[in-house]
Amino acid sequence: MRKKAQVFRRAFPVTLPVLAGYIFLGVAYGIAMKARGFSAALVFFISTFVYGGSLQFAMIEPLCSSFAPVTFAFLCLLIQARHLFYGLTMLEAYSQTGKVRPYLVFSLTDETYSIVCQGPPQDLPTELWYAAVSVLNQTYWVTGTLLGAMLGSVMPMEHLEGIDFSMTALFLVILTEQIMDAVGLWRKGKATLKDSLFSSALGAAATVGSLLIFGKESFLLSSMAFILFSFGAKYRIDRGRGKP
Amino acid sequence: MTPGQMVVYILIAVGMTLLTRSLPFLIFRNGRSIPQFVLWMGRQLPGAAMAMLVVYCLKDVRFGSGKEWIPALAACLMTVLLHVRRRNMMISIVGGTMLYMLLLRLI
Repeated sequence: MRKKAQVFRRAFPVTLPVLAGYIFLGVAYGIAMKARGFSAALVFFISTFVYGGSLQFAMIEPLCSSFAPVTFAFLCLLIQARHLFYGLTMLEAYSQTGKVRPYLVFSLTDETYSIVCQGPPQDLPTELWYAAVSVLNQTYWVTGTLLGAMLGSVMPMEHLEGIDFSMTALFLVILTEQIMDAVGLWRKGKATLKDSLFSSALGAAATVGSLLIFGKESFLLSSMAFILFSFGAKYRIDRGRGKP
Repeated sequence: MTPGQMVVYILIAVGMTLLTRSLPFLIFRNGRSIPQFVLWMGRQLPGAAMAMLVVYCLKDVRFGSGKEWIPALAACLMTVLLHVRRRNMMISIVGGTMLYMLLLRLI
């Protein structure tokens, strides 16, 4: 029991940026749902079981329109497809997490991924760390959306406008961290600069390129396909040259 | 939409989300060995995924008037600069976000 509390205490500061972002976006979502006449109970239910911010926002409109389940299923896939990458990254790390594994997989959001993909601190039990980060983040999201649905009209949202940038900043900081690590490896002579920066450069180029070509409604799928294809090509080329 | 249809929609949303989050784990279930290429890619992906997420977050920024892109660009630069200098996650995120909120109100 003491151990659990200790892990949560260590995980909490790491999840603070997510706390700020999830509460703000959650409140905004709760207010939007309430404005459409949906109940706080429904908001709680959706936040608990769908648990995906971008999809939850995107499905407000469809929930108020006519019934078209097939189209809606495709919309869901289109929005959520990026999660495939997160599962691929965490395959190895999550394979040893035992009983909590189903929950870890279920709750692998963008924000949770951005924290867990950096690996657990060495002195803490791995599965407890992953579980603590995942539980804390979902708690923030569900709390935020409930707050919005229940107290939406009295919340001073306009004073908080822009606080959702904390999410962008979180991803940007982790990207910067990855690039600094990559440059560090290169300086130590452990990798070529091209190899160590390949992934981030590919991700940025593919996503910006697809956004310019396909527009913001459907750029993620083509970007992901291009990234996967490029990794495949690089792997084959490197292996042909005898690199691992 | 009837309450029943609404339930169907929510179930679809739950199902599709679960599918995308769990598919890699379902394909490479315990016991089935993960190919070298997939393991290699799993290690490479965080870099590409983070870059993708940053672009995804900024996709709604419009370049028409300075009202949107100046705060976003300045805050991004501030975040990266703080991080390169101090390498403290909290300082970088709070600094960038505060600058963003300030510029939103000033411009």
